[in-house]
Amino acid sequence: MSQEKFSPSRRALLVATAAAVPLVSIPMVKSRAEGLEGLDLQQYKPVFFTAAEWVFILAACDRLIPAEGKGPGALETNVPIFIDQQLHIGLGDDIYLQGPFKTDAPATMGFQMSYAPQSVYRIGIKLAQQQCQQTHGKPFEQLTAVDKDAFLTSLQKNVVDFAAMGELGLKASQFFGQFLSDSKNGYLADPMYGGNKDMKAWVAIGFPGARAAYTEWIDQHDVKYPLGPVSLSGKRA
Amino acid sequence: MQTITNDEVDVVIVGLGWAGSIMAIELAKEGLKVRALERGPDRPPEDFAYPKPADQYGYATRNKVFAKPRDAALTVRYNTQETALPTRKWGAFAPGTGVGGSGLHWTGVLIRPTPTDLKLKTYADHAYKRGSLDPDMRIKDFPFTWDEIEPYYDFFDKVCGLSGNTGNLRGKTQPGGDPFEGPRSNPYPLPALHDTLNSSMFAETAKRMGYHPFPNPSANVSQPWTNPYGSQIAPCNYCGFCSKYPCLNYSKASPQTTILDVVKQMPNFDYRVNANVIRVDLHADKKTARGVTYIDEQKREVFQPAKIVILSSFQFANVRLMLLSGIGKPYDPITETGTIGRNYAFLSNGGATLFFKDKNFNPFVTAGATGEMFNDISPGNFDGASLGFIGGAKIHSSQSSGAPIGTSLPPGTPGWGKGWKEGMVDWYGRSMKISITTSCMSYRGHYLDLDPNYKDPWGVPLLRMTFDWRQNELKLQRYLRDIVLNISKELKPDAMSESFLALDSHWDITKYVSTHNVGGAIMGDSPKDSALNRYLQSWDVHNVFVPGGNAFPQNFQANPTATIGAITLYAADAIKKYYLKNPGPLVKV
Repeated sequence: MSQEKFSPSRRALLVATAAAVPLVSIPMVKSRAEGLEGLDLQQYKPVFFTAAEWVFILAACDRLIPAEGKGPGALETNVPIFIDQQLHIGLGDDIYLQGPFKTDAPATMGFQMSYAPQSVYRIGIKLAQQQCQQTHGKPFEQLTAVDKDAFLTSLQKNVVDFAAMGELGLKASQFFGQFLSDSKNGYLADPMYGGNKDMKAWVAIGFPGARAAYTEWIDQHDVKYPLGPVSLSGKRA
Repeated sequence: MQTITNDEVDVVIVGLGWAGSIMAIELAKEGLKVRALERGPDRPPEDFAYPKPADQYGYATRNKVFAKPRDAALTVRYNTQETALPTRKWGAFAPGTGVGGSGLHWTGVLIRPTPTDLKLKTYADHAYKRGSLDPDMRIKDFPFTWDEIEPYYDFFDKVCGLSGNTGNLRGKTQPGGDPFEGPRSNPYPLPALHDTLNSSMFAETAKRMGYHPFPNPSANVSQPWTNPYGSQIAPCNYCGFCSKYPCLNYSKASPQTTILDVVKQMPNFDYRVNANVIRVDLHADKKTARGVTYIDEQKREVFQPAKIVILSSFQFANVRLMLLSGIGKPYDPITETGTIGRNYAFLSNGGATLFFKDKNFNPFVTAGATGEMFNDISPGNFDGASLGFIGGAKIHSSQSSGAPIGTSLPPGTPGWGKGWKEGMVDWYGRSMKISITTSCMSYRGHYLDLDPNYKDPWGVPLLRMTFDWRQNELKLQRYLRDIVLNISKELKPDAMSESFLALDSHWDITKYVSTHNVGGAIMGDSPKDSALNRYLQSWDVHNVFVPGGNAFPQNFQANPTATIGAITLYAADAIKKYYLKNPGPLVKV
């Protein structure tokens, strides 16, 4: 298992090269939703996102769960691969999507969009980049970290108005919410789904993963559990 | 469409969850030819061998073994003036599907209501001043006495290997149990699960404050158990993947672990999966059913002739099938006539999350039902009348699963970015919850009917749910909030967050509460205002029996499964003792 530190400079390189190099030229490593553990993000070719979308996803994931501070970041843990793979294998195919649709229903009525998550990302990224270009004169991935965070916040709070841009079926906050929730899921899910590379997120927070046998521990109150995580595939970290 | 006709059976069972499995074994043991039709797939225990279920994202986030809204959505609205909208994703509740139903992945809290809960109307008439409750409230008594139903609770406790402390043995209060429980004919089959840190902290404090905590009654068994059907269940290993997960250790009582392994070996029982029953077919006089029609895996329409029809799908699926089949008259909330759909009720939850920066709760070390609760705030045990509401709650500190997706973080922690990430590092495993699970009354305007606008993939109308919070339930929430916050403060957490309903809250379908939906085809003493008699027999079509949460006239604070088990066993007994000998209405009016 790789123990190398995912340094800020390597991360910057990844985001930069992803922006510059046409991804079709990078050899594909794995595209199916199996054998997704421990892939190299730099070598990975997305199966759902286009090259242009992928640049946005990498740059935004890097701010949603950044590298700085305690614990690994989204890029170090392959969160973008998780999202790409989930969208590819049909995330949201369990949603009831028959009309009629009432998209201005109260929030307490829950999800009332006509869009599956795949469309949410496609439309969301396109409009976000359009707005970013208009406001900052450059695409999201070229903003400074501070500006990126501010822009993501403007999506989260609907300061970016998708309706004004002609999109009546999706709010910026809904796109942001889907993206954030998928990012957290990818960060914390079992590595077999493509994220949480080497169980680094579990190591950081102290979750032992799929050990799932604690008869000896039930009576050990307020004692730190000493063992690291195992994955469903039987790997340890 | 070409209709295939199967060979006739004595009993067809629609839905192979708890109620269907109980009916299957009880009636197959009687020698009847029994066939179960299950809408979802088969779910054999080998599918859930270690480590497969130890997958939070797959099972708890993506609801791997639940019904999909795409297939099983219903519509919801707050009142009759509104157009209902579909539950496009599950939120407040999430029904199961497939063999075992929700019983495969429930939490395993197996607790009885109190004798007062079962006779709530009688209690209300006695304890509340006339006119002091909401005039639209339509609570009712269950149509049997405690002594009549208790033996069936007792048997179901043994089916599940119920683990916990006895509180009242034949009228005598026992130390360590729930002093408010109804008299038991026998002690709990097995001792309680061990407490986690949060449960012991909660229980010690609650006890000091004068409450009467006891371990959550658990169907995750504490010791090896052989049940009355001969099924063996292994002791729980506190794996931490319980609520929403099939058990990886054969320790959670489920239809699979307690009944199906036995009944599947009987030659007079078989079952079909991916068989979606779309209606019960009635004879021309509409007094009896002749069988059911389902769509099979190859999308063919199949008629299954049967002498007895058991509707044992999930609560609202049962009600929908009755409405689709013309069994009984649909309820009309304006004229208050008709019986099918009335007395729909849900429940509310809420609570406080307490953060302790130096404590290790090890939340992954837990059984589903692990926790302590007290029942002091249930009807009859406190002065609800002076507070202006009826009902109550279990107040508990439980730990049903401890995997990290969805971890609560202290107030003020950012929702993303460095702050969220560091919050996870600092606070995962350092919080506990004190929670409420409440009763919910039934009301004139809360009901189920067929939706005029939305259909399922088979072209069949969705069920429509009309429901919202009433002042009675919201006042109860506010009262419980004070109690929970007082206990919480005693525990001196470093930080705390709370989630309780405000007095102007609407029902939020996005936040999970529990899949404890009840009513809609209720049991009662009169065909005027109930769909079923005390034996869960349709008043209108006497060879149709409808066991499930649909039979509850309102929701009590206890989890429903114990009562679903008990009333199903009670009905099965009546079919065996009375109906087979003399098919016809079992209760004359």
